[in-house]
Amino acid sequence: MGVRSAVEPPRSGQSAIAQWRRRHFPQLLISPSLLIILGVLIIPIIYSLVVSFAWLNPADRSLDFVGLDNYQAMLTDQSYRKSMALTVLFTVITVILEMTLGIAIAMVLNRPFKGRGFLRGLMILPWALPGVVNAILWKWIFNANYGPLNAALFQLGVIDQYKVWLGEPVSAFGAIVIASLWKETPYVILLTIAALATIPKDLYESAEIDGAGPWKAFWRITLPMIRPVVLVLLITKTIWTVQTYDLIYIMTAGGPQNATQFITLLVQRTAFKYQNFGTAAAMSYSVSMLCFFLTYLYIKVFMRGDDWSGKVKQSKGLRPKPVRR
Amino acid sequence: MTSPTRTRQIGRLVWYILSVLLAAWIASGLAWQALGPWYLFAALVVAWVVLGWHQTSRKLRKRLRRVVLYGLASLILVWTIAPFAWLVIASVSTKADLIAKPLRWLPAKPTLQNYRDMLFGTAGRTTDAASQFMGAFTNSLIITITVVIIALMVGLLASYAYSRFRFRGHSGLLNLTLFTQMIPAVVLIIPLYIVFRQVGLLDTKAGLIITYLSFVLPYLVWILKGYIDGIPTDLEEAAMIDGCGRLGAFVRVVLPVAATGLAATVIFAFILAWNEFFFAMNFTQTLASKTLPVVLTEFSSKFGPNFVLAATAGVLASLPPVLVALIFQKYIITGLSAGALKG
Repeated sequence: MGVRSAVEPPRSGQSAIAQWRRRHFPQLLISPSLLIILGVLIIPIIYSLVVSFAWLNPADRSLDFVGLDNYQAMLTDQSYRKSMALTVLFTVITVILEMTLGIAIAMVLNRPFKGRGFLRGLMILPWALPGVVNAILWKWIFNANYGPLNAALFQLGVIDQYKVWLGEPVSAFGAIVIASLWKETPYVILLTIAALATIPKDLYESAEIDGAGPWKAFWRITLPMIRPVVLVLLITKTIWTVQTYDLIYIMTAGGPQNATQFITLLVQRTAFKYQNFGTAAAMSYSVSMLCFFLTYLYIKVFMRGDDWSGKVKQSKGLRPKPVRR
Repeated sequence: MTSPTRTRQIGRLVWYILSVLLAAWIASGLAWQALGPWYLFAALVVAWVVLGWHQTSRKLRKRLRRVVLYGLASLILVWTIAPFAWLVIASVSTKADLIAKPLRWLPAKPTLQNYRDMLFGTAGRTTDAASQFMGAFTNSLIITITVVIIALMVGLLASYAYSRFRFRGHSGLLNLTLFTQMIPAVVLIIPLYIVFRQVGLLDTKAGLIITYLSFVLPYLVWILKGYIDGIPTDLEEAAMIDGCGRLGAFVRVVLPVAATGLAATVIFAFILAWNEFFFAMNFTQTLASKTLPVVLTEFSSKFGPNFVLAATAGVLASLPPVLVALIFQKYIITGLSAGALKG
């Protein structure tokens, strides 16, 4: 890749301004984007950190610094602890199911059969659907009186009376997981299919010659080869799932008994309903910390032992050629 | 240690016993409670299949594999399409169809009246729902398009600079751009809300446009840089020798080559902004700025158990992103994977 130096020799006969412009051309190009990022991201992030150490007067935006009081209030708050535990539980369950289901479905869609292209194309539908529409849809599916789930299960004779799915803590939690899976798994599927396409076929051929069955080939070739994508998916999906909002806001409004009041909803309520911006900011920072911690954990686990940049671990007679990317 | 043949014999024996057991179970009318819980039955079926797999000949196995493959594919098809199909069915049903017991799976008389009501109002009179919907639709359109255009213009310049030049702070700034995307939206919403309220940007389209830039712009910069990286510099150099300025070469040479990637990124950004709910929900109060997702939420709650209304609005609101995604799916999939592989 040819990369030119930013500094080019000044040409004679140019004004000082023209020379300055010439020399700082790349900086000029990035300055609008930097200004926006500074304005809508960096400054708010720092401001939020400041607010988390203060009590913000909602009327005139003045700050009374209270040290770590907000964090202390947050940690002693029962609803915060419950919310955080539920968020972590939800994230772990959802991401694990999403990844396993997503990779499994991608493996199926990677085999040749009639209508495969159509089915693959269809995967983009849940992904593109607005999250709100997804939530409204599933809220109705689980509806206690008229929902199609109740109707189907009743007509099949699995249940003998309609159930209030969204009215019991456990089933409401499960309903949110299902709704989330339907919308989010296709993203994993699409990316995994794309990653599977980059695996050279001869790896499988040589594995077959070595007598490895499909099961072994999956664990020894497929999974190691798609590991970079799996890592990225894990990170993005985790950060995304921790922030689940539309589903719980619409389907259960955090209920029943706060069983689905995940952290984003709690922060939103603390800030905008109770106008307690300081504590809300502290809570939001704890969410970031959670995201960072999980990301760090994933990278740590995934990079254990060897580099993960698409190189295959060599083991037990299977010696695939290193792949150039 | 038993020999392989002996293991096989035992396997066959167990399989026969299982077959008889299962046949008896099914013959008794699948009376789960009589013979045991359903998961015991499921476990037996799984064991039967696994053991049976080793009994069958190679040819039969191949055929069975195809059956299983098509079975799985159909399952995936049903799972993906059923919920959305239900949304579409509901949108052409009447309220009576949906609250009938037992549920009518297909409407007695499919009707497009709901769409007519939503788009043009009832009997020449604009209804509340219709005006809300159309107002929000316009807002969504204005906000989304403005965000995409601003982000595209600003993002193109920046990604070009990041791709073609090395300057002080190059990788630092680039990583900063990426890093900001790991900060959850909840962290941003509080300071933005406080500041917006102070300067009067709450409940304005401008406020949402500014907010949406926070996730659209870094994404665009990052992805576009990847695309421009992939374009050889020779082309531009040739154009510059021929008398194009640097920006001229960029516009005339780089942009056309990057068109596919550009399209993917723009579509992706459009969908992100169109579907956004969290900020919109908390920053808007009136139709001056309410976007479609916000109004949709109200349809599902304010009007009681009227899923017909919500479903119709839901289908209409999903049309732009879903159609765009389906039409340009090739680009999107490349865009998605490029983003993930580079991120």
